[in-house]
Amino acid sequence: MTALVLAEHDNAELKPATLNAVTAASQLGGDVHVLVAGSGAQAVADAAARIAGVSVVLLADDASYGNRLAENIAPLIVSLAGDYDAIVAPTTTSGKNILPRVAAQLDVAQISDVMKVESADTFVRPIYAGNALATVQSTDSKKVMTVRGTGFPAAAATGGSAEIRTIAAAANPGNSRFVGAELAKSDRPELTAAKIIVSGGRGMGSSGAFSIIESLADKLGAAVGASRAAVDAGFISNDHQVGQTGKIVAPQLYIAVGISGAIQHLAGMKDSKVIVAINKDEEAPIFQIADYGLVADLFQAVPELEKAL
Amino acid sequence: MKILVPVKRVIDYNVKARVKADKTGVDLANVKMSMNPFDEIAVEEAIRKKEAGQAEEIIAVSIGPAQAQETLRTALAMGADRAILIQTDDIVEPLAVAKLLKAVVDAEQPGLVILGKQAIDDDSNQTGQMLAALLGWPQGTFASIVKVVGDGIEVTREVDGGLETVALTLPAIVTTDLRLNEPRYASLPNIMKAKKKQLDVKTAADYGVDISPRLKTLKVEEPAKRAGGIKVKTIEELVDKLKNEAGVI
Ligand SMILES: Cc1cc2nc3c(=O)[nH]c(=O)nc-3n(C[C@H](O)[C@H](O)[C@H](O)COP(=O)(O)OP(=O)(O)OC[C@H]3O[C@@H](n4cnc5c(N)ncnc54)[C@H](O)[C@@H]3O)c2cc1C
Ligand SMILES: Cc1cc2nc3c(=O)[nH]c(=O)nc-3n(C[C@H](O)[C@H](O)[C@H](O)COP(=O)(O)OP(=O)(O)OC[C@H]3O[C@@H](n4cnc5c(N)ncnc54)[C@H](O)[C@@H]3O)c2cc1C
Repeated sequence: MTALVLAEHDNAELKPATLNAVTAASQLGGDVHVLVAGSGAQAVADAAARIAGVSVVLLADDASYGNRLAENIAPLIVSLAGDYDAIVAPTTTSGKNILPRVAAQLDVAQISDVMKVESADTFVRPIYAGNALATVQSTDSKKVMTVRGTGFPAAAATGGSAEIRTIAAAANPGNSRFVGAELAKSDRPELTAAKIIVSGGRGMGSSGAFSIIESLADKLGAAVGASRAAVDAGFISNDHQVGQTGKIVAPQLYIAVGISGAIQHLAGMKDSKVIVAINKDEEAPIFQIADYGLVADLFQAVPELEKAL
Repeated sequence: MKILVPVKRVIDYNVKARVKADKTGVDLANVKMSMNPFDEIAVEEAIRKKEAGQAEEIIAVSIGPAQAQETLRTALAMGADRAILIQTDDIVEPLAVAKLLKAVVDAEQPGLVILGKQAIDDDSNQTGQMLAALLGWPQGTFASIVKVVGDGIEVTREVDGGLETVALTLPAIVTTDLRLNEPRYASLPNIMKAKKKQLDVKTAADYGVDISPRLKTLKVEEPAKRAGGIKVKTIEELVDKLKNEAGVI
């Protein structure tokens, strides 16, 4: 049994989500190889080779992989799949974009967002916004799956010394082209990797008011999250959305400010270790899952909390 | 250009799913069902393209039980021109849905297929990408803007780091994210008109597609419940609890 993990990276840096995926892949019970498909991505391959438990890194370095277009990367993975029993990617927007394309070309079902590996063919995955957990057994000979970062501890980033093999690029179908990106630049920790998250909801009222969330986050060394309503209202950009259709997070501490606690939001954060809710409505459903609830006006409570730290 | 819009009948997003006592699945008896919210966004986008003169015909298609006709009627009332139901009471996995949709695409030859990025019941987030793979078409997933540019499209996608734009040749697949548009409500006259629009009912066998599942569901359980917490009265108490009880700051 050998599993191939698709590395998450931006050509310069290996992203931490890869480490959780390596752990999930190793729980399948065999060797773990990592595929780095990128452009000028030698440093990423070097980092992948240092991950504990990885025996081989495949580096496909080609201009056509520079932006990880699914149309280009899926055929590469399909061409390698003959050597592997399982193909694993983190449940990131990139993994979600590429892997179903691979599964369909291999004529196997994909198992999405695996939270737990029961055995080499049996997995637990959330359905209905995490309100139910399904244990599914795959009858396909090859397993193709995305794995939820919060379900698996990160493999050690150092200590390994995998062999790096350079492989040729697959044919480029030429039907898609990268035009540009508007990526949020921030010195704050990444949402899915942060130990503490401060999230704001519709209760913030305006994008200007979000500065009190950001200021509290900076005091705590935290990442900034948001509800869908806050993103829809334009208070903050989409990459901050936590929930069923946004990011799934499980920090040590999640502070929900002016967020009511809709099931779609809870789906993204209810596995946090400690949840704090600040809301002026004592009936807000968020209080049902919060470890510590404070019924208060957020415009007073948040600056006060920052001062008290 | 024709646009094909697959729409799925799912549990209403306001309803909290309950697991059946025998752990075989989620209890859907007497539960309010609606069109998957992402698919409403897909229908709306198709209508806007037609209103802009960029498409001539919108075909809604659903795979599901007889009641999925209601979902298709909703799409027709919003503005789709005709509908196809591939009727089945079986659980149809995304790969099988994609194979059926490919057969519909082969028959209808649309220039664009707009799907939801995920169905809110099974949360798979696969079908559009799988259909794209089976057809060898490019895909613009998690779309927040779809523009027809020349003889292709440009799709702005919601990605983990922010937004990304890709240019795709046509025909292509698009999957919708939440902020692509705000779907319209069907007006009463349009609901009446929709009753007269064409709705063909087919079976998987008509398309010669094998839909047998590849995954066996061994059990479906409720996740562990969080133990209820407490209310604190002051910021001082909160900080004290976080420091000394929870030890997280
Ligand atoms: C298909 C679909 C997918 C979705 N996906 C997501 C998702 O991924 N993530 C997500 O978050 N949502 C998602 N939603 C939306 C979700 O249903 C809710 O609408 C949303 O989470 C509500 O956001 P909110 O709690 O910020 O706003 P509201 O529900 O409006 O709550 C605002 C809260 O702020 C409080 N408040 C107001 N003013 C103050 C004040 N001065 N001080 C203190 N408290 C105050 C109010 O008491 C209220 O509880 C989705 C919905 C659908 C249909
Ligand atoms: C334990 C379990 C029990 C289940 N029980 C049932 C059940 O009783 N009844 C039931 O209907 N489903 C049931 N399902 C769900 C069924 O398996 C899913 O329909 C299938 O797996 C597709 O996944 P998805 O809808 O999440 O696909 P996604 O890939 O998330 O869907 C994306 C998009 O594809 C399109 N699409 C997907 N499916 C269809 C469709 N059928 N018709 C038209 N367009 C579609 C839509 O545009 C949708 O937005 C069950 C699943 C599990 C795990």
